[in-house]
Amino acid sequence: MTALDKEIQVWGGAITATVATAGEGPPLVYMHGAGGLIWNESLERLAEDFTVYAPYLPGTGEGNPTAIYSLASLQDLLLFYFDVLDALELVSPVVVGESFGGMLAAELAATNPSAIGPLVLFSPLGLWRDDAPVPNWTIMTDDELRRTMFHDPQGSAADAFFAPHLDPEAQAAAALRATWAQACSAKFLWPIPERGLRNRLHRIKSRTLVVWGESDQLVSPVYARDFTESIQGARLEMVSEAGHLVQLEQPDAFDRLVKTFVSLPAT
Amino acid sequence: MKVTFFHFNPYRDLPADFADRYRSVWYDLPWNELASGDVAGQHLTWTLDELEHAARAGFDGIGVNEHHQNAYGGMCSPTVLGGNLAQRTSDVDVALVLCGATLPSISPPVRIAEDYAVIDCMSGGRLVAGLPLGTPMDVSLCNGIPPIEQRERYYEGLELVRRAWKQHEPMFPWNGKYFQLPGVNLWPRPIQQPMPIWIPGSGSPSTWEFAADNELCYAMLSYLGADLAQDAFDGYWNYVRSIGLDANPHRAAFVQMVVVSESFEQAERDYLEHIKYFFDKSLHIPPRMWTLPGHQTYGSLTGNKGASKQGATNAEIRANLSTWTLEDFTSRGIVVGGDPDTVREALISVTKRLHVGNLIVVGQIGSMPHDLTLKNIDLLAQEVLPGLRDAWDDGWENHWWPERLRQGDAAAPSATEIVG
Repeated sequence: MTALDKEIQVWGGAITATVATAGEGPPLVYMHGAGGLIWNESLERLAEDFTVYAPYLPGTGEGNPTAIYSLASLQDLLLFYFDVLDALELVSPVVVGESFGGMLAAELAATNPSAIGPLVLFSPLGLWRDDAPVPNWTIMTDDELRRTMFHDPQGSAADAFFAPHLDPEAQAAAALRATWAQACSAKFLWPIPERGLRNRLHRIKSRTLVVWGESDQLVSPVYARDFTESIQGARLEMVSEAGHLVQLEQPDAFDRLVKTFVSLPAT
Repeated sequence: MKVTFFHFNPYRDLPADFADRYRSVWYDLPWNELASGDVAGQHLTWTLDELEHAARAGFDGIGVNEHHQNAYGGMCSPTVLGGNLAQRTSDVDVALVLCGATLPSISPPVRIAEDYAVIDCMSGGRLVAGLPLGTPMDVSLCNGIPPIEQRERYYEGLELVRRAWKQHEPMFPWNGKYFQLPGVNLWPRPIQQPMPIWIPGSGSPSTWEFAADNELCYAMLSYLGADLAQDAFDGYWNYVRSIGLDANPHRAAFVQMVVVSESFEQAERDYLEHIKYFFDKSLHIPPRMWTLPGHQTYGSLTGNKGASKQGATNAEIRANLSTWTLEDFTSRGIVVGGDPDTVREALISVTKRLHVGNLIVVGQIGSMPHDLTLKNIDLLAQEVLPGLRDAWDDGWENHWWPERLRQGDAAAPSATEIVG
């Protein structure tokens, strides 16, 4: 199964939003991280039970790299996503967000609580503590990234993440996509990945699950408590032998946690 | 030709094993382990003395720049130094080439417009207003601007500053994407109308196209010599012609490291260790700091091959540094060095092949001590400059140089007459 890229005109016609779409069942919106959307096996597994909608951050994905310049602020970006949800006619869908996508999912739920259904936040960015600063991953070497992002820096998940494509052209294209996705995401993360979410978390009404890898060195697990305590009724699940990218290092846990939380059996 | 002596005030006393012990000369190097205010003050005094010496020795311009949180170039504010130099040279017909204040780092950018106007007024209209985009380290790491906003903020700031400088512009509101001001009404405004503006760049097509489109001087700041700048200048001059502009060489400026001594052998004895210090320590910057995602436009990521060539040359230099001789640097054009005749011929060749009418000489390199820097300045001024002045004797007017300094010493009144 591969995802179909749905294109939607939003933002007064200024932005063509692209939404990777796959599967059947109740709607689930997946918000990707700062490196851009990579449609992989974990998302395919979700698509066995849900209709997965994965919107690309404007500027990322194929075509229209300059769309990012149409958005001036986080407020614009959130309104853009609400426009996309409206165009897809999604009413209170499940929203799953990872890292930067987790920050956006929380921001959406805090901005318009009634528009967002059950919320699953995997290692979300969005808060800042001086005693646990989030390091700047864009200036790390690959070795530093391995140590920071993964529980097992030399494990198969880390190796797969850094494995170059065999075809040099495909490799160059993938590197360009990833770099530009980081460039677009950084608009909302730089210089400190908090845009005031701490003031707004209390507005979230969604049933919320917060998930953190026990070995996360990028966004320290101390943030898990901040999110869980600030969102009314939120539950926390810690995942062992996982770093920042739970989905890549513990795909079974990722699948099980999402599906059991929204009351579906794990596959 | 106008020749500027340019300085970036490097920290001259880094330890020999600096590059092994620290990951970067920029952004996160620890002050307390490496430096002190007393030493920084000594360096700044030497630097300002050297610039004043260059002005009195006969250079057409003296130049400083802006960088932050680093030991590469300790000039946080070109306007603080520029104000000092304006007063030190109040009796000299020398241009103050501030190259310069970094618009995306300062909010609101009218502060730069004000400071430059003050220096222009203080100096009797001797300012060359360099307005660079800034390095990603300075703008995004040290000053917190999202890399993808750097260019938008730069172009907005530049438009705002240029409008604010105009003598006849009534107070105006500015409602930009990044800056909002209810009433811009600069006091003072510069003597020079229009202000000569230089747009520094490092070889990115979008920068030189902008300079040409706005008839500003494109100043390529590279430390790797004419060979690697050739593609950029070919691209620039092709673009200048394509939009119907003349080939006035003063539309362009180029930076060149230059060391002069009595002979090539003496030059090697005098300068080689300091050149190596520069490449080993002053340029010890992790590649990822230079390539923060968003600093380059999407188009430049797919199209700018010049940057990767420069990166490869930097890597080659650093890999072979321990065995390189002065000849290795001069044969590649990275450094122009040797006896005065050799240097003069090489500089004429560089400016001719790049078609450049404004030459920026870096004559204090890395750990070069004060006395040796003064020797280099004197030999340059006495033995080299006289042969460069008439390199472009074909009637082009340098519109990108202070008007009262364009024709040499005779025509212009002194600064004290204007100010006094």
